[in-house]
Amino acid sequence: MRLLLPLLPRRRDIVCQQAVELVTDYLEGVLSRADRRRFEAHLAGCPHCTEYLAQMRATIELTGRVTPEELTPRMQDEFIALYRQWRADHDGGRG
Amino acid sequence: MDAELLVRLRAGDEQAFVVLVRRHHAAMLRLASGYVPSLAVAEEVVQDTWLGVLRGLDGFEGRSSVTTWLFRILVNRARTAGTRERRSIAIGDPGRAVDQSRFDAAGAWASPPEHWVEDADDRLHAAKLAGRLRSAIDELPERQRNVVTLRDVEGLGSEEVCNVLAISESNQRVLLHRGRSRLRQVLETEFGRA
Repeated sequence: MRLLLPLLPRRRDIVCQQAVELVTDYLEGVLSRADRRRFEAHLAGCPHCTEYLAQMRATIELTGRVTPEELTPRMQDEFIALYRQWRADHDGGRG
Repeated sequence: MDAELLVRLRAGDEQAFVVLVRRHHAAMLRLASGYVPSLAVAEEVVQDTWLGVLRGLDGFEGRSSVTTWLFRILVNRARTAGTRERRSIAIGDPGRAVDQSRFDAAGAWASPPEHWVEDADDRLHAAKLAGRLRSAIDELPERQRNVVTLRDVEGLGSEEVCNVLAISESNQRVLLHRGRSRLRQVLETEFGRA
């Protein structure tokens, strides 16, 4: 994200500590237009908050790529037994 | 994809069932654990959920995603099995995304975030990082953990998460924000240590 115009300081500019609390609302697309503008204006002038936003995105990405723990063989057997029991009941009920 | 597994499951493919269980088991157990008094009961709830899924296969109309359907059944059963009183806990969580001590008096970074995003890809496959992230999710406060698990691990949309957990959009966002912020901090610490 790159803003072309260096924005002039305004009365309601936000500071870093506020910016980090807006990150999720920003990513969820629920900031008001004015807040989004303020947030992006802050980012344009703040490499640390830009970094912070990138880290939040990376965190989401990494969390999504965490592979689930393996099922233990015992648990897998239990689920297969559950499935077969259901199949037997299901098919039996139909027959 | 779950939708394809659903087709196979309906066709009586046992392997499809195993794949589906493997994919969602950990998250289901994590979620159920928050509602019931013990791990043993949580495991029963998960098994019971799968039985409910199998029995509901013919009636499932696909108005929601398979994952949403699955978790809705899970949460309903976990609620029923839960002996704990589920008070609605105030969301007014005083926690902040970043520790206050890292900002100066004016609210600007005094101790800015360490740079690590580029390293993430290289280290992604390191089992240690995945393990650290998993335990960090487990250590989140229950409601944050539920939202992060459904949104970011299971990949549900915000509306689906609100639906499954019966919470408002704004509560969902606050919980998501706290949870993700915490995980970011864990990763920063982890990368900083490397």
